[in-house]
Amino acid sequence: MSNKIWVYIDHFKGEPLPASWEVIGAAKALAGEIGTEVTAMVFGQGVESIAETAFHYGADEVVLVDDPTLEDYRSDPYASLLSKVAGEGGAEVILFPTSTRGRELAAMAAIDLKTGVLTDVTGLEVKDGRLSATRPVYAGKLLSTVVCNTDPQIVTLRGRAFPKPALDEGRSGTLTKADAVLSEDDIATKIVEYSQTEGGVSLVDAGAIVSGGRGVSNNPGLTPPDDVSDEKEQEIWRAQQGFKLVTDLAAVLGAAVGASRAAVDAGYIPYSNQVGQTGKVVSPDLYIAAGISGAIQHQAGMRTSKVIVAINKDPDAPIFKLARFGIVGDLFDILPPLTEAFKGKLGK
Amino acid sequence: MKIVVCVKEVPDTAATVVVEDGQVTWGEAPIVMNPWDEYAVEAALQQAEKHGGDVIAISFGGSSSNDALKHALAMGCSEAILISDEALAGADSLVTSHVLAAAIRKIADVDAAFFGKQAIDGDVGVTAAQTARVLGWPALTLVSEISDLDPGSGNVKVTRSMEEGKQVVESKLPATLNLVKDFGEPRYPSFMGIRKAAKAEIPMWSLSDLDGELPASSVEWPEIMNPPTREVVCEFIEGDTPEAVVEQLVDKLLAEKVL
Repeated sequence: MSNKIWVYIDHFKGEPLPASWEVIGAAKALAGEIGTEVTAMVFGQGVESIAETAFHYGADEVVLVDDPTLEDYRSDPYASLLSKVAGEGGAEVILFPTSTRGRELAAMAAIDLKTGVLTDVTGLEVKDGRLSATRPVYAGKLLSTVVCNTDPQIVTLRGRAFPKPALDEGRSGTLTKADAVLSEDDIATKIVEYSQTEGGVSLVDAGAIVSGGRGVSNNPGLTPPDDVSDEKEQEIWRAQQGFKLVTDLAAVLGAAVGASRAAVDAGYIPYSNQVGQTGKVVSPDLYIAAGISGAIQHQAGMRTSKVIVAINKDPDAPIFKLARFGIVGDLFDILPPLTEAFKGKLGK
Repeated sequence: MKIVVCVKEVPDTAATVVVEDGQVTWGEAPIVMNPWDEYAVEAALQQAEKHGGDVIAISFGGSSSNDALKHALAMGCSEAILISDEALAGADSLVTSHVLAAAIRKIADVDAAFFGKQAIDGDVGVTAAQTARVLGWPALTLVSEISDLDPGSGNVKVTRSMEEGKQVVESKLPATLNLVKDFGEPRYPSFMGIRKAAKAEIPMWSLSDLDGELPASSVEWPEIMNPPTREVVCEFIEGDTPEAVVEQLVDKLLAEKVL
């Protein structure tokens, strides 16, 4: 166990996050430069198949810890275990995906191992034998280079910022098994209930996103049913008709559904859909903004998308300054035929 | 009960933040309480209203006119403490979490420490988890609901809004909680609150007021820069009918190979 670069493979209930494989890819690139190999950590219960997949994506060694106390992710048992195995294993660099679990574990391991942590990194290079990372600050309004002067250098990588390595099912490596560090009696937290969020594609992993803004409620031509009499309720009813068009298009594209803060604050759609400075920062290949004017807070959350399409009634809306393609028009007129046209072309 | 809420001052979210001559500037934009921290203050005040007790807002860095602390007092916090020392300039998250933990220990008999999800300037997002680790407390992150926080029994039950779904977790106290927007709208400061905050003398603790050894910072920021400008000219698609417009758009997007 003398590899210098370690990675944490994040999974939820045995389902690995795609960003975990991107982290192995980034680790392999660094390992090649400094002449070492990559050790991956897989913790959980009944997760041996994840260890296999980690080899297929490029891990040279996997430290597997399979224990009932690790069935569901909890920060204390996971962090104590991670700090022990990576610390004793001589890790000089530990990479994580920037999921909520990855960020939290990286933070805690940094305290245990008395070192710094660089989160949500979008670029990584080796300078004079140490890492130099690039990360967005002020929600991407600025970029910063950061370095960590102590070992291990703990870094979390933003999803979709690093390429996913090729899968090689013939590849294998050294499997090392280790034991959990905390027993159930030592753990202060218990998970008593869990309910899955209904369907939908996750915004941060999405290759395509269709978002709606304040404009989704702006259709005086629609008449709410008689039992919706309150003015606010009527507005929300209108917005729901608009978001239905957004959701229909997203479904055809296999895209996630996003929203501006204005739409969330007006109660049109849950906060978990918010894209922007106080919501999620996303970077899909395709971002379609419907009825979103493009406030600076929204731009901060989506400006690194590869191709942006803006649909807005106002030709002067700031969103058009970011857009590759723009349609000046009413989303209620444009979205239904757009959905139909994609259905035809994509053969759905 | 005693809850500490950790707050930070940041430029307003609407600010145009740029680097000029190597310095970060945000023009005339106001400095405000980090928006995520408002949910933490709201949650802490609700618990204090339910169980009786104090909410103490603390902030690390800045001057005695700390706008985040003034806002916390105006919202209804009973006390505010600023921790500031020139020797701590450029502190990274490792140092920050040790400073906050030392302040929480000094305040003493704290049942819980509340935080926002992250600060919108550095976007590092590790302070709640790191402070918990330094204190040896459990960290409950992404909390959207506090169903039961009972200092008597020393237990807390919360709902966490994770990416994948909602999770109900029970934990022992003391603990750190980091609150998310799902928790609900933070209150506006009352007129009385604003008057009280304006008159308040906020005590300042320096390094010598805190016990324990602080680590040295590990992280440095050698360079901060404006992001590359997005070199894009919007191609407006026009046509006689919506069908004609969308037909062109679909062809162009398929040609871009983004689907």
